[in-house]
Amino acid sequence: METSTLYETKTDKLFKFIVYCFLTFALIIVLYPLIYIISASISNPTAVNTGEMWLLPKDITLEGYRLIFGNDSIWRGYGMTIIYTALGTFINLVVTIPAAYALSRKDFYGSGFFTAIFVLTMFFTGGLIPTYLVVKDLGLIDTIWAMVLPNAAAVWNIVIARVFFQSTIPKGLEEAAIIDGASNFKLFFKIILPLSAPIIAVMALFYGVGHWNGYFNALIYISDRDLFPLQLVLREILVLQDMSSNNANVTGEAAQLINSQQQLAAIIKYGVMIVSSLPVIIVYPFLQKYFVKGVMIGSLKG
Amino acid sequence: MSSLESAVSNKEKIKVKTKKNRKIIQNWQLYIFILPAFTYFIIFHYVPMYGIQIAFKDYVPSLGFLGSEWVGFKHFIRFFDSYYFWDLLKNTLGISIYELVVGFPLPIILALLLNEAKDGLYKRTVQTVTYAPHFISVVVISGMIIAFLSPTTGIINHIIAFFGFEPIAFMSDPAWFKTVYVLSGVWQSTGWGTIIYLAALSGVDPQQHEAAIVDGASRLQRILYINIPTLVPTMVILLIMNLGNIMALGFEKILLLQNPLNMESSNVIATFVYQAGLLDAQYSFAAAVGLFNAVINAILLIAVNQIARKTSETSLW
Repeated sequence: METSTLYETKTDKLFKFIVYCFLTFALIIVLYPLIYIISASISNPTAVNTGEMWLLPKDITLEGYRLIFGNDSIWRGYGMTIIYTALGTFINLVVTIPAAYALSRKDFYGSGFFTAIFVLTMFFTGGLIPTYLVVKDLGLIDTIWAMVLPNAAAVWNIVIARVFFQSTIPKGLEEAAIIDGASNFKLFFKIILPLSAPIIAVMALFYGVGHWNGYFNALIYISDRDLFPLQLVLREILVLQDMSSNNANVTGEAAQLINSQQQLAAIIKYGVMIVSSLPVIIVYPFLQKYFVKGVMIGSLKG
Repeated sequence: MSSLESAVSNKEKIKVKTKKNRKIIQNWQLYIFILPAFTYFIIFHYVPMYGIQIAFKDYVPSLGFLGSEWVGFKHFIRFFDSYYFWDLLKNTLGISIYELVVGFPLPIILALLLNEAKDGLYKRTVQTVTYAPHFISVVVISGMIIAFLSPTTGIINHIIAFFGFEPIAFMSDPAWFKTVYVLSGVWQSTGWGTIIYLAALSGVDPQQHEAAIVDGASRLQRILYINIPTLVPTMVILLIMNLGNIMALGFEKILLLQNPLNMESSNVIATFVYQAGLLDAQYSFAAAVGLFNAVINAILLIAVNQIARKTSETSLW
């Protein structure tokens, strides 16, 4: 809120100071773990584990990253995740954008019916087990399709895209095209799509990040290790491994070996967090405004 | 009604009907546009809804949804009578309410603070940084939690030890589970949650603030009497949606943070459904538990919406 300093009283100044203190506090709380992960991934494992390294990297080593990049399952997981994200997002767009456009048209008879059918699923679903059984009966288990079809569209995203079409496409444009004898196909592909770049970008981002970060579909539908996406590989490294290493009760040389491996395991963990989040982290600052825009379009209708 | 009038109204009806038909025929291609989405929702949402009937049957995969034998409320009774029923309910509600009480006000507070800050590099930095955790996957978040909270090597326990206290075994102590879950959620989503409130705040008419300043209102007073009332409709909507989702706890993170030692407080209905249904293949029983959960949820949502409609004029429908 920009107001001239002319009006500011002493309490207002104090108030402003407190506001900035709180904001800085929030900034530090969020930023610290992120910096810590980056530093830990390139520090000497012993320094990380003993707590000697607490902010800036110590005894910089790239051993963790060398091991990560030498690991086949991480590479394979990365590749599979890229495939799932690309194919899944493509399907999402093909399902979402035309449907949202149709729903945005006032002269589309039945749009209320279709909207009701879609929105109802936000509040009531078949649940995990029946959905799983349907996917299983369709023969999708342990195929790429199990990763992209069961979430081919999200109601909320269809709503956002519909609001976009309603609020940005001039009605006169559609009417003129139809009077000129253009079919709805022609209208959509020649006129609407070229005007829809912003919403396509927002949708691709929302869906794309969802595919990149999702693990649950893979957990329930995929057991073939060759099809594991990155997040399932990560789960083994970050979550499962930790639980089994707790009850290691070995002595002597073996203990030393396990110990040194465990030391390394720590920085490998921090390294994979970085490596797996990297694509999203890189694109995020540039695309932040699109993400924010998406949320705001949604809130209009909210 | 005289015959003349009815003839006229019939004519009108026919006119309306042909107009409707013309609309459908003229726009037949629009139905092709909606076909993929329609098919998707039918197959992956409505067929499973139809499949809920297995909650009242003894599902045998080879017989399918329809062929399996009806058993009435057997699975529900077994669930209600089981020794873990109250624990599951208590954990589910406990985590949800804890999350709501702590997690709901924080984005509002942060949004109000951000709104007071001057537009510029610092404000943008705070926004960019606090939004960022939203994009970290739940697996990585869980990995961070486990690594940071390790009693021997985690940074949190090193900090605790630095101040002279005993390390805490956060992940294996059931007493800590809910707090760990909720606070990590706050860390991840508070920043992103401000966006919707900031959007509402940007809609405040600047003249209102100018008038208040002329009347000698302080910044705090302007927040209390102008900004917060502006946010109320958004708050109500989000509160309804949150309360309606109280049983549909996002369980992906719980599943990852769960281990045999903290099971006592981390076992919730959703993870139980996963365990019983997909790992132990008790499809009908797990579907019954899931259905119980969904029904409670739907009742809550409708009730909360009804209350909101009566008391505040803002509601989902």
